[in-house]
Amino acid sequence: MTASTDSLPAPRTPAPADRAAAFGLRVLQAGPVLILGLLCVVMALSSPYFATERNLANLGFQASFVAVLALGQLLVIITRGIDLSVGSVVGLAGVLAIGAGGSFVTVLAFAATGLAVGLANGTVLVWGRVMNPFIVTLGMLGIVRGLALVISDGQTETGLPPVIGTLGSGTVAGIPVPVLLVSGLAIAIGLLLGRTQWGRWIYAVGGNPDAARRAGIPADHVLLSVYALCGLMAGIAAILVAGRTDSGAPQAGQLLELDAITAVIIGGASFLGGRGRVTNVIAGALIIGVIRNGLDLLDVSPFWQLIAVGSLVIVSLELDVMRGRLETRLRASQTRAAAT
Amino acid sequence: MTPLLEVRGAVKSYGAVTALDGADLTVAQGEVVALLGDNGAGKSTLIKAISGVHTLDAGELRVEGAAVTFASPREAQDAGIDTLHQDLGLFDNLSAVANFRIGRELRRPRFLGRLAFLRERAMEDDWRTQLERLAVHRVDPRQEVGLMSGGQRQAIAVLRAVAFADRLVILDEPTAALGLREAGQVLDLVRRLPEQGVAVLLISHNLQHVAEVADRAVVLRQGRTVGEAAPTSANHEALVSMIVGAVPPPAAAST
Repeated sequence: MTASTDSLPAPRTPAPADRAAAFGLRVLQAGPVLILGLLCVVMALSSPYFATERNLANLGFQASFVAVLALGQLLVIITRGIDLSVGSVVGLAGVLAIGAGGSFVTVLAFAATGLAVGLANGTVLVWGRVMNPFIVTLGMLGIVRGLALVISDGQTETGLPPVIGTLGSGTVAGIPVPVLLVSGLAIAIGLLLGRTQWGRWIYAVGGNPDAARRAGIPADHVLLSVYALCGLMAGIAAILVAGRTDSGAPQAGQLLELDAITAVIIGGASFLGGRGRVTNVIAGALIIGVIRNGLDLLDVSPFWQLIAVGSLVIVSLELDVMRGRLETRLRASQTRAAAT
Repeated sequence: MTPLLEVRGAVKSYGAVTALDGADLTVAQGEVVALLGDNGAGKSTLIKAISGVHTLDAGELRVEGAAVTFASPREAQDAGIDTLHQDLGLFDNLSAVANFRIGRELRRPRFLGRLAFLRERAMEDDWRTQLERLAVHRVDPRQEVGLMSGGQRQAIAVLRAVAFADRLVILDEPTAALGLREAGQVLDLVRRLPEQGVAVLLISHNLQHVAEVADRAVVLRQGRTVGEAAPTSANHEALVSMIVGAVPPPAAAST
């Protein structure tokens, strides 16, 4: 057809300023991993103990709870949501798993508790017409923690099958089992998000919920699935916490939800939804771990850890704003190029 | 010949507001029909009913003679009807090809269903084929749509609407955000669709664009169909009068 010679806009060769902006964006995307690397170098130089196998294993144990929770939280945050109830799930799952029975049943009890709370969150959110995940999961935070305290009568109990101890504090060839577990989960979530149709839809629902519905995407089921998976991750984190302490404590996991959210934000996911990568979120969890561990080694008061991590959250948000600016600039220059 | 699409007595209210009050519309096979009307005349509501975003309170929707109700946009798509909504409905966080294929991703293996893996390479290849079929210039399939210019974004949204529909494409203000040349390119694309057996329902405030591509113009006013005319420049004033309601709809206006 003759009309085809002059057709819809084609991409232009980028100007140098655009290239700089595009490069800046790429650096920001790798930001969390770069920050983690930098932190590790600084810590290794400051303390000879930091890079020892024993300390790194210890760091791995500590960071694993947050990492697992953060993987679940990432899914939810991509869809513009948040799940404040995951810390409470860690408490309730531990309490319910005590005395559940054999290895298999106990592991199942942990997972089922998490999944059940996640499904409850998702159901209320989607079909209860309470379209505010902050409020729904804030309510659930209280309910679930309260249940844990009521059921246990506030008592910490022991008596978990050995498999929980192995999962929470065992090592294989010097590598902590939780680290292996987190790696496996990270790969699974990474594949889900990056390679599957459902993962594409999770990003779509986060990017533009209305358009997702109009494109025929079952947005309600997508939302339900991310809260369910987030709950399941909390159940798995509960195994690690219980295995580490060899007990089921109703207060376990308090404030862990905030660590998980912090890890996701440091990992560069956007609260506006639609953005976030597994690698960066794992880096976020490790950054928190390294800061705590490193400051411990340097004998800095734990009070300062709070300030350090808090500052990093704000810096991360600032980086997100910067990313937005760079994108706007790129878009503007593309429009200009198209107009000429 | 049975019309491709027939809407009769369409009624839709939002609370106390009656958006559609018995509107009628017919689109023949391979026809380009313009839907005209002032703001609030009910154009968007009508196309939302046809595209399955809303269901009608009353009235009838027929596709090739058979009565249908579209409970979701997916059902309309399955019937061969695709829509470009005014807000484009793009995902800024996804690539061009991901936007193009959203909800229609190629995947494998089949037995994994919606958990199946995306066939990115195949989707990119298909994207290039589609661009060729629709005679559209290359757009980088991997670039995020949020980083693209307004014209490119509009192009992707238009492409998505026209590439998969095999019966009817509904375009709500497809040239709104475009410059002169880009608008011309979209209009070219619209003109080519009937050659492929696809009908077009076009909403536009730009009567000149309508005159360039449409076979027929139907005017809505206060939720009702008030008349129709061939959108020639001779009928320009008659159409404008119908749109603003300056004169009672003359039956003679349809030529």
